[in-house]
Amino acid sequence: MKAKVLLSLVLLCGNLAAPPARAGDAAPAASAVPAACELPAYLLTSESQLPKVADAIKAGKPLEILVIGSGSTRIPASEDSSYPARMQAVLKDKLPPAEVVHVSVEIQSKKTAEEATGSFVKLMEAKTPTLVIWQTGTVDAIRAIDPDDFRGAVTEGVAALQKAGADVVLMNLQYSPRTETMISVPPYLDNMRVVAQEHDIPLFDRFAIMRQWNDQGQFDLFSPSRGPELAKQVHDCLGRALAQFVIDAAHLEPAQQQN
Amino acid sequence: MTIADQVTGSTIAGTTGAKPAGPRPRTAAPAISLPAIGERELRLDLFRGLALWLIFIDHLPTSLLTWFTIRNYGFSDATEIFIFISGYTAAFVYGRAMLESGVVIATARILRRVWQIYVAHVFLFTIFLAEISYVATSFENPLYTEEMGIMDFLKQPDVTIVQALLLRFRPVNMDVLPLYIVLMLALPLILWSMKWKPDVTLGLSVVLYAVTWEYDLYFSAYPNGFWAFNPLAWQLLFVFGAWCALGGARRMSRILASRVTMWISIAYLVAAFYVTLTWYVPQLSHFMPKRLEQWMYPIDKTDLDVLRFTHFLALAALTVRFLPREWPGLKSPWLRPLILCGQHSLEIFCLGVFLAFAGHFILAEVSGGAVMHAVISLSGILIMWGVAWVISWYKRVADKSGAKTKIAVGNADMAGGG
Repeated sequence: MKAKVLLSLVLLCGNLAAPPARAGDAAPAASAVPAACELPAYLLTSESQLPKVADAIKAGKPLEILVIGSGSTRIPASEDSSYPARMQAVLKDKLPPAEVVHVSVEIQSKKTAEEATGSFVKLMEAKTPTLVIWQTGTVDAIRAIDPDDFRGAVTEGVAALQKAGADVVLMNLQYSPRTETMISVPPYLDNMRVVAQEHDIPLFDRFAIMRQWNDQGQFDLFSPSRGPELAKQVHDCLGRALAQFVIDAAHLEPAQQQN
Repeated sequence: MTIADQVTGSTIAGTTGAKPAGPRPRTAAPAISLPAIGERELRLDLFRGLALWLIFIDHLPTSLLTWFTIRNYGFSDATEIFIFISGYTAAFVYGRAMLESGVVIATARILRRVWQIYVAHVFLFTIFLAEISYVATSFENPLYTEEMGIMDFLKQPDVTIVQALLLRFRPVNMDVLPLYIVLMLALPLILWSMKWKPDVTLGLSVVLYAVTWEYDLYFSAYPNGFWAFNPLAWQLLFVFGAWCALGGARRMSRILASRVTMWISIAYLVAAFYVTLTWYVPQLSHFMPKRLEQWMYPIDKTDLDVLRFTHFLALAALTVRFLPREWPGLKSPWLRPLILCGQHSLEIFCLGVFLAFAGHFILAEVSGGAVMHAVISLSGILIMWGVAWVISWYKRVADKSGAKTKIAVGNADMAGGG
């Protein structure tokens, strides 16, 4: 959706809107962002906040993050390169050395949002995370679940996660150009945006981010390659983007970051 | 888009000048009045042709060209134009048949048309099946293991194909023809009812629309879910088109000519444009009241959201006002390609869906650059134009050699669509 004309406009707005102080965080020496991962600022920021994450870090408490995902959360046979693992590495790098960061992953394979929410209460009791990143929508889109039902299920799930005392970030579907003619994605993207807006929680727009990479030629997502290289690189960039997104939404001041 | 072709001329034939509600004898037809047959309403062809081009471009992956399609500037998109004009032309052609030859003959002709659309749909499905099977066997990127779950239906081709023939299994981008088939199946009933009382028919249509929203009625699909375009909701646009064709437009001409309508339409379109802009420039959403957002979203395409319907009405009202049917530009060679495509809508629609599949394929297999994208979009449109021209040429030749008695009955093409 990002044609170049609009894109440049957006970038311009983004540059104008970003306070100059921000320029400091953009060039960390330790974890320099690879060129392939570059993204316009608006894809990495959210108006909604993560107060519990902010409190935990201020108080020096460990940051327990739970990623609830599906098939696209991991790369078959290379778990360490999947985006949750990469996010953990980058967060550890960016937060003060004393801060303990632990990311655990719960895969709800081939489950719709509604099916996944059933296990949330138990899951939250077992893990008691500060932050839950809930990635969903793909299975619903493949099975063409009624978008209204999908919205209801996501709403219910978010409410359950919040009730259990965690901050929540929603993550939407992958941008998958090869299956674009076969899976109708827009209704699920729209409904997740609506739920995020209604609950005032950040939405990590994985779809727009990956499309941006593809459109800008940073990654060729049409590639039929069977090797894991592309998947590893994309997950690395997703992990970095997600870490940046969490830090931004938690409004951590530079003092609470390492650089 | 042509809510009222009689705003400026009292009949389709454009026999007289701008005298709305002229003193034409209406004794011949009971409740409805059909314009005399004559030259085609070129605005209908023009906008249907435009809708076909836009649908083609929207079915391709997004590119610079996508920004020229109207869905980026408001709530409604080419589908609304298409269904409305289809309702309009179908009522125009078969309504006349019903008055002249009776209900039975008209119904038979409508059913013949339905069969043609059905065959076209099955043809497209076959092509889709070939494409998806190819992707399933050649594409194994580990990044998309999960998305490949969509191929699961290939494990049960027997069930899938039967469900496709029943119109219950419809792949993405193949939703418009089934919707059109259902609407055309209902057309005999709609026309019969319109013949009796057009306004009551339109009222019933509104009631059905409201009931659909209130009780969440839908058509179920295979393997689960529902039809992406709910016929129970979209019929409103189709029936409204039919109602306009059968004299409604003329009766609305005073409303359409008023300045108040014009300004309301403009204000609504500007507001819709602003809302759309916030989707692409998130910075602007600071200026959107949260409460408005919560009331407005999601803008539902499946059930033809009221916001979409009214957006279409506003667009149509302005179009009718600023583009009179005698506008000389309609005859200009520059608009000829669009009009030609609009005149053979079923063929060109199917071709467009096929070209979109082919375009995806080339982008994936050869290269995905912006230049390639532009080349594919433009050549697709040129092919659509070329084929429309060939069909027109063939029809002309065939008509010349064929019996001359066929004229003026109104051919199915005019009611075509898809």
